[in-house]
Amino acid sequence: MTAEAAAAVARRRPWTVLGRGLAAIGLSGKALVILAPALWLAVFFLVPLAVVFKISLSQAAIARPPYLPLLTFDPDGTVQLTLHLSNFLFLLSDSLYINAYLNSIRIAFISTVIALLIAYPIAYFIARSSDRWRNFLLMLVILPFWTSFLLRVYAWIGFMKGNGVINNTLMALGIINQPLVLLQTDFAVYVGIVYTYLPFMILPLYTNLVKLDQSLLEASADLGARPLRTFLSVTLPLSIPGVIAGSMLVFIPALGEFVIPALLGGPDTLMIGRVLWDEFFSNRDWPVASAVAIAMLLVVVVPIMLMQNAQSAVVERR
Amino acid sequence: MKTSLMVALGALMLAAPALAQDKVVNVYNWSDYIAEDTVAKFEAETGIKVNYDVFDSNELVEAKLLAGNSGYDVVVPSGFFLERQITAGLFQPLDKTKLPNLSNMDPAIMEEAAAHDPGNQYSVDYMWGTTAIGYNVAAVTERLGDQPPDTWDIVFKPEIVSKLADCGITLLDAPAEIMATALNYLGLDPNSESEEELKQAEELLLSIRPYIRYFHSSQYIDDLGNGEVCLSVGYSGDVFIAQAAAAEADQGIEIAYFIPKEGALKWFDLFAIPSDAPHPDNAHRFIDFMLRPDVAAANTNYVFYASGNKAALELIDEEVKSDPAIYPSDETLAKLFPLKAHSAAYDRLLTRSWTRIKTGQ
Repeated sequence: MTAEAAAAVARRRPWTVLGRGLAAIGLSGKALVILAPALWLAVFFLVPLAVVFKISLSQAAIARPPYLPLLTFDPDGTVQLTLHLSNFLFLLSDSLYINAYLNSIRIAFISTVIALLIAYPIAYFIARSSDRWRNFLLMLVILPFWTSFLLRVYAWIGFMKGNGVINNTLMALGIINQPLVLLQTDFAVYVGIVYTYLPFMILPLYTNLVKLDQSLLEASADLGARPLRTFLSVTLPLSIPGVIAGSMLVFIPALGEFVIPALLGGPDTLMIGRVLWDEFFSNRDWPVASAVAIAMLLVVVVPIMLMQNAQSAVVERR
Repeated sequence: MKTSLMVALGALMLAAPALAQDKVVNVYNWSDYIAEDTVAKFEAETGIKVNYDVFDSNELVEAKLLAGNSGYDVVVPSGFFLERQITAGLFQPLDKTKLPNLSNMDPAIMEEAAAHDPGNQYSVDYMWGTTAIGYNVAAVTERLGDQPPDTWDIVFKPEIVSKLADCGITLLDAPAEIMATALNYLGLDPNSESEEELKQAEELLLSIRPYIRYFHSSQYIDDLGNGEVCLSVGYSGDVFIAQAAAAEADQGIEIAYFIPKEGALKWFDLFAIPSDAPHPDNAHRFIDFMLRPDVAAANTNYVFYASGNKAALELIDEEVKSDPAIYPSDETLAKLFPLKAHSAAYDRLLTRSWTRIKTGQ
């Protein structure tokens, strides 16, 4: 190929030339595509995480920032690296932290199960409705996101307080004659979490159920299975990836939830978000607060890995 | 909504440095803590634009200051927080030559505030108030009889508190303040750092714990005002807000505030300038403006907290000045006690104890 011809090719296909140029410095197009999300993850996840991890190995001090540096440079030229693992050991020394983790897991787990039980029929119904209705129903699911999350949680206070909507209605109907204490209870926290995260359960379930091959259901019916049997042995097993995805989207944020228990929960609703707040703001102990956060990450990462494995196992089996 | 809009605008302004550097002051004050026209008046007189941002807890201010580069020029922490923040080097000394109105201050208040800030080097008092009891008059009378309450027994004696449990009792979610109040009730030093005495106060609070509806530092303002709860340990001015709201709603709810005979905590909120404040000159001008008698009086008339400004006293409304809940009698004043900053080790014990009281863990 003459030089003119090569230049003509380059004019016609600048991307090919760009690709060759990148290949020359060791970057393929594939790497380039991955580069953007990788950079994003590094800048907004790994770097902050590293900073938190660094602080968790430090020691609190009355200074700005309120912890001691890990590296100290002496005037005689020696560099000293001090790591305080004691912050992590401290978490084990007091049952408060373990109880808070366990309680958070319990509340997140129960909320996830309730959300699943409510979301499944809704998602199923939307997936089975006619095209015209489907978009409208989906919009109804997403609509609450258009108002502030905080505002919606506050609205629940109006519903559940002593002279709120629920109590006033029940009293007007003569069902109760003393207002029920609904707010500042674990019940209110479950209501808040399930309400807030329900769409995150409905949407993945819906995308799964809508793809369900109708002919499988017909085949099941032809072979004499009743609707319940068909549901249990065809629909439900096929929707497991949606169940897992939805459960993860609800369980993970619920675990570290701070705002909902703070607004709706009682003083004895002990969750790890609150413990973290106390360490950070009341004790001004950023290192222990960071250790709590890192430990929580481990607590969250393990169940996620397990669920992810379960999900890929299901996908592979098909 | 208005507040959040202002906060958002404030944040935008902070994000644009260098822009009109000399004509801006960034103020960070408690919510509902200034007369409606004060900022506008300052802007009109000086031509300095005020970015006015609000907070509702000392902890929030402290975390921002500790992280550094907060961008604020004037902050208003409470004394026992300020005390530790001075140690951490978060503030710059006030240039008193730029504060001619400092002469209007009440020397007695300045001296008390010096317990937090020796020599009043870094701060000057804005308002002061007490942490005591607000209650729903009808609900409490119905359960405890006509005698108006005058002692902390109404909060700390289980046989009395239990009678009020059904109509709702709340405590501030402020461990240091409530614990100091409990220590004082037990006849101990409210600023004690003894672990043994902390234990005693904890037991006292645990004994009344079953009757406490919730621990929160601002929720009670609404709830007391609309009859949702009937007794709150709270900040004087906040109870007055509840009182005014109840009167305005006209639902027959009457709220009263009293300082029990055993005494109560007296706190100060003080102006200070962060050491990394971008506009320290404007900060001084803003503080000096706030120390002017007419401005200080207008603020006190609006927020119902006592001013640390002596020259303002004659301009303060008679109903505010003569209210013993705002300006207590000398006899009551003598029983008020200040709260000192605690060591980090004691703060940890205190927080742990507080969690035990709240959650039983």
